[in-house]
Amino acid sequence: MSSIDKEKLEKTCTQVRRDIVRMVHAVQSGHPGGSLGCAEYFVSLYFHQLNYSLPFSMEGKGEDLFFLSNGHISPVWYSTLARAGFFEVNELSTFRKLGSRLQGHPATEEGLPGIRIASGSLGQGLSVAIGTALAKKLDGDNSLVHVLMGDGEQQEGQVWEAAMFAASNKVDNLIATIDYNGQQIDGPTEEVNSLGDLGAKYEAFGWSVIKCDGNDLDSLNAALDLAKSMSGKGKPILNLMTTSMGKGVDFMEGTHKWHGAAPNDDQLATALNQLEETLGDY
Amino acid sequence: MTKYTFTEKKDTRSGFGDGLTELGRTNPNVMALCADLVGSLKMADFIKENPERFVQIGIAEANMIGIAAGLATAGKIPFTGTFANFSTGRVYDQIRQSVAYSEKNVKICASHAGLTLGEDGATHQILEDVGMMKMLPNMTVINPCDYNQTKAATIAIADHEGPVYLRFGRPKWPIFTDPNQKFEIGKALKLVDGPDVTIFATGHMVWKAIEAEEILREKEGINAEIINIHTIKPLDEAAILASLEKTGCGVSAEEHQIAGGLGESIASTLVRNKLYPLEIVAVNDSFGESGEPEKLLDKYGLSVQDIVNAAIKSVSRK
Repeated sequence: MSSIDKEKLEKTCTQVRRDIVRMVHAVQSGHPGGSLGCAEYFVSLYFHQLNYSLPFSMEGKGEDLFFLSNGHISPVWYSTLARAGFFEVNELSTFRKLGSRLQGHPATEEGLPGIRIASGSLGQGLSVAIGTALAKKLDGDNSLVHVLMGDGEQQEGQVWEAAMFAASNKVDNLIATIDYNGQQIDGPTEEVNSLGDLGAKYEAFGWSVIKCDGNDLDSLNAALDLAKSMSGKGKPILNLMTTSMGKGVDFMEGTHKWHGAAPNDDQLATALNQLEETLGDY
Repeated sequence: MTKYTFTEKKDTRSGFGDGLTELGRTNPNVMALCADLVGSLKMADFIKENPERFVQIGIAEANMIGIAAGLATAGKIPFTGTFANFSTGRVYDQIRQSVAYSEKNVKICASHAGLTLGEDGATHQILEDVGMMKMLPNMTVINPCDYNQTKAATIAIADHEGPVYLRFGRPKWPIFTDPNQKFEIGKALKLVDGPDVTIFATGHMVWKAIEAEEILREKEGINAEIINIHTIKPLDEAAILASLEKTGCGVSAEEHQIAGGLGESIASTLVRNKLYPLEIVAVNDSFGESGEPEKLLDKYGLSVQDIVNAAIKSVSRK
């Protein structure tokens, strides 16, 4: 990845983080913690990794597809989609308000470009991604399918139904990423219901597992490049991506307390002081 | 007057299997998914002719619904197959979010519905599935009555854009509808004209209604009208109200709980439009048990005589 790209990605990440805290503050609801932690991932996907075209098409034939399974981090997705040109940036101001296409959790019913399936009830996205990956194979379409899951979400049984199926059926055009931030609503994942050695579990299920620092653009993009190079080799690929929940806003970082809580006016001002307005606020 | 007879019995699930096989030959987007019940769902011919368009999921129904939603996102028309119990209650949230709310073109095809599953008992005899499915926005709910109609319905739903729940059963059942019928989703079918009472039946209970009509006419002097409600949602309210305007009272008959079933849908229609006496022949807040299908229908109040008695009572309430 060239340094010019990196500067652009960094600027976009900072603006996306501003968008996230402003969106959540405006309606005093939403999930800023996981959203902030995944800014580098979303920006890297939509501004560097994914091959897609606009205007958005539901079927996405010949395009790389992305599915968000842990739908509660919708703010980071909405901001990234808007900044990537899927819809007007000003529409971010409607987040979670009556009549908005930007539902609390992503939905297709209102027709927001970029969204292919509703998510929020956890554990379902990996199965959906597998379905589209199978369709691509059937159609001779060599593009890839990405899906992001939460780490707490790994406690859902359906994830493991899907993990078993993907390996058994050699779904090797699929790159699943886990946001491994170690936090969930009730506290550290280790305390709520320990995931154990998550990488070893996926390997035992027959997946290729790679690891990266999801808040380091070089580490993250090297991992996503590696994942792409590993596709088509008979195994689904898991990218175990360590992130820091709340990254970029010091008082939100590394704690589950901002999983689903909104900043007040003072906290918003403090947060925005730490995040330069690089691309213009909505 | 139309006289319904049969020369052959066949299971409605075979109607599904044969309809699916025909779709495999005519619609390249149709795919079949199964959760380890290929034989029960009669999918063998489709698989033989289209191995690349079949996905064996294994015993993982939640994953099956998600994969179907993904296939539909990419433009395929997935037909999922398993028992009705595992097609609905087990995966309700997956259907709700990934299929119904997401408006995916997934056909949820459910065999072994109701008491007539028989000897396997109450764990597998789901009597709540219609209620669960009809509550979901965007969902169409279809319960055909015999082999021919199930085959026609299977073929028809491939051309309907949107989620469908197609319910059918295990036992061999009289075949009495036209093998060349064109299935029209949402259009109730009048099988018998009559002035005294309307019997609204769905699924296997349509044949029971035909048998009840004969007894009512010959022994009770009651001439019943029979309407086959193969589509429970959207419900053909106009046909229901028009018939009751003429007969003045009704009976519903279904292999399902009273709660959430066809009878409740009709009652809701009547409350919102015009009231007529309605007797509901359905299972009354109970699980089933192991036994032979016909004996189970008798024990749980779904026999021909139960329909006869309900019709007599409904007429007396006019």
